[in-house]
Amino acid sequence: QGQLLIDKGVRPLSLAGHVGFDSLPDQLVNKSICQGFCFNILCIGETGIGKSTLMDTLFNTNFENFESSHFEPQVKLRAQTYDLQESNVRLRLTVVNTVGFGDQMNKQESYQPVVDYIDRQFESYLQEELKIKRSLHNYHDSRVHACLYFISPSGHSLKSLDLVTMKKLDSKVNIIPVIAKADTISKSELHKFKIKIMSELVSNGVQIYQFPLDDETVAKVNTTMNGHLPFAVVGSTEEVSVGNKMVKARQYPWGVVQVENENHCDFVKLREMLICVNMEDLREQTHTRHYELYRRCKLEEMGFKDTGPESKPVSLQQTYEAKRQEFLVELQKREDEMRQMFVQRVKEKESELKEAERELQSRFEQLKRLHADEKAALEEKKRLLDEDQSSFSKRRAAAQLLQAQSLTANGKKDKDRKK
Amino acid sequence: FWLHSNCLEPRNSPALNPLYSSSAMSEAVVPDAMVSPAVGGLHGEKAGGPAVDFSYVGIDAILEQMRRKAMKQGFELNIMVVGQSGLGKSTLMNTLFKSKVSRKSVLATAQEKIPKTIEIKSISHDIEEKGVRMKLTVIDTPGFGDQINNENCWQPIMKFINDQYEAYLQEEININRKKRIPDSRVHCCIYFIPPTGHCLRPLDVEFMRRLSKVVNIVPVIAKADTLTLEERDFFKKKIREELRANGIDVYPQKEFDEDAEDRMINEKIREMIPFAVVGSDQEYQVNGRRLLGRKTKWGTIEVENIAHCEFAYLRDLLIRTHMQNIKDITSSIHYEMYRVRRLNENNTVMAHANGIPEHHLAAHEM
Repeated sequence: QGQLLIDKGVRPLSLAGHVGFDSLPDQLVNKSICQGFCFNILCIGETGIGKSTLMDTLFNTNFENFESSHFEPQVKLRAQTYDLQESNVRLRLTVVNTVGFGDQMNKQESYQPVVDYIDRQFESYLQEELKIKRSLHNYHDSRVHACLYFISPSGHSLKSLDLVTMKKLDSKVNIIPVIAKADTISKSELHKFKIKIMSELVSNGVQIYQFPLDDETVAKVNTTMNGHLPFAVVGSTEEVSVGNKMVKARQYPWGVVQVENENHCDFVKLREMLICVNMEDLREQTHTRHYELYRRCKLEEMGFKDTGPESKPVSLQQTYEAKRQEFLVELQKREDEMRQMFVQRVKEKESELKEAERELQSRFEQLKRLHADEKAALEEKKRLLDEDQSSFSKRRAAAQLLQAQSLTANGKKDKDRKK
Repeated sequence: FWLHSNCLEPRNSPALNPLYSSSAMSEAVVPDAMVSPAVGGLHGEKAGGPAVDFSYVGIDAILEQMRRKAMKQGFELNIMVVGQSGLGKSTLMNTLFKSKVSRKSVLATAQEKIPKTIEIKSISHDIEEKGVRMKLTVIDTPGFGDQINNENCWQPIMKFINDQYEAYLQEEININRKKRIPDSRVHCCIYFIPPTGHCLRPLDVEFMRRLSKVVNIVPVIAKADTLTLEERDFFKKKIREELRANGIDVYPQKEFDEDAEDRMINEKIREMIPFAVVGSDQEYQVNGRRLLGRKTKWGTIEVENIAHCEFAYLRDLLIRTHMQNIKDITSSIHYEMYRVRRLNENNTVMAHANGIPEHHLAAHEM
């Protein structure tokens, strides 16, 4: 217990009087009261199995609930966040429900959206943690702290979908399996059912959340509760009069199932374990185990290591710089490629244009020649015409002369005659 | 103690807004059927009146869970004391923690020579009070202000503080990191001002100016029994003026006040600092009681008497009310600032290589 603090060179010392640092836990708690708390629950279960009703019953309030259809093509997740307050404690509660889980004909990929959602929340936190200017203290922690897996009250065994899904999730989230609608199973069947479920989980290597035993204040109650898993729950927000009290219950013709009666179902145990005793531990496990695992895998995937090839410690900074160099070199290469491509394209365009120019030029030449030819032809015609004209004018001149001559000849003749 | 037997009437839920629905929970009345063993008792009283049962959810049980976890893990506190030799630093630490926590008390050497350079020496103790365990580390700085030439005497101290931030950062960015990163960061630096009665010396101003940017500084007037009350008040006023004039922000820093309530409490403290303290680990009989004090020919100075000196205020501030806050400011503000500059440093180095002009690194530069 004291191992965390006592290391070599630290001696224990006794105090001669009251110093006052015993108020430290109070100071810490007061700070948390001011900041408020965050708690995120994921409910996985088939449509209509009672997830929303159980949440309503657990937190004694009416969350906005939508009835889902059975015809969803894929599993989806719906997250809703609420601000709750009890005495001086403010809680930001996020309830995530699966929609359409177990409704598809082919359920092979049903677990994937759930895994993706959980990973996304881890990723979001990791991103914030890696930022240069970060504000982790104001960060709205959306990582899933508890996963309630709703088992159908068939009374026989787990479905293969249940096993597959839980196996995929057990290293990512704290799984608390519950048997839903437990008022449909008789007490003896329930006992056998629970044993069967637990043995199936063990034989398939599914790690569900164990209530912690390391703190002696709660070790006893947690050990007992660990033996009651999975909790057989009944949810109801309707109140029925029993004796002189109004209690949450389900009224049947043959009797009334009281939600908070421990002889009727394990609801009270669930509420106690989930909220009253282990909420903080659930949050801590999520942060120190599941998130760390995610972070480690993610960073290793990206190529970061703690020790280099000769087992010398490699600082994240060095790796980061090496990666940055790599990235810059890659960028440079791409830039060069693009430049080359650009140059190539320009050349091509240039030659295209040159080609076009040449073509234009040759056409121009052609037209010029045609024009010259026509001009020559026309000139020829003109010359001929001129020739014609000149020969015509010569002939006319000759004809005129002749006429003139004949006139004078005629005149002479006349004169002669007259004489 | 976290159960309230008042406020039993249900609160009205305020109007729902698009993203968050606010739903107030009514205070608990636990039906008789629920029996809860260990956890401090989830019991309440039955509401008087008609047969309506409000169900207790138990969200506020998380406070107890947190407390348990904190008690189990224990706490860490690292305090540095800075001041010329002979100002009573070790005695004050011993008085604060009512045990021999300072290095001087632990080492056997009777005569300690003033070192030629400033040394940084830390010593840790595990102390426990009412089930609360704490690892207290006192970091001593012998040689500070004792040389003939004291220029740059803040440098080794600045370096030490930055080294602690660096160690934390390195552990934090590891792939495989420890569940709980050991916290060696200096949470608080108590600076001892010699009781000259006049004003701060250049050494004091220079040190506090530089260090207040990277660590929480709590200035105290040492050996305050050499000042009369009037001299003390004058001195304190003068010091506060000089701190203001030089832009030195000591703890509790104005800019980190979270809300109006905080500000009110902290303003009262800011009007009183620096605390004029007297330390002692000797007990004397005064008026039939055994008290810590200093006995002189003209009277006995009672250390914990606020009429005599302000030790009690210092103790209350450091330990009983603001200890968690001091640690929070160190981790969420000073450390984060260091981290930002450190991570940006890499970019500056790269920028250099690309011929881009360098940005100036301000506070963490030496």
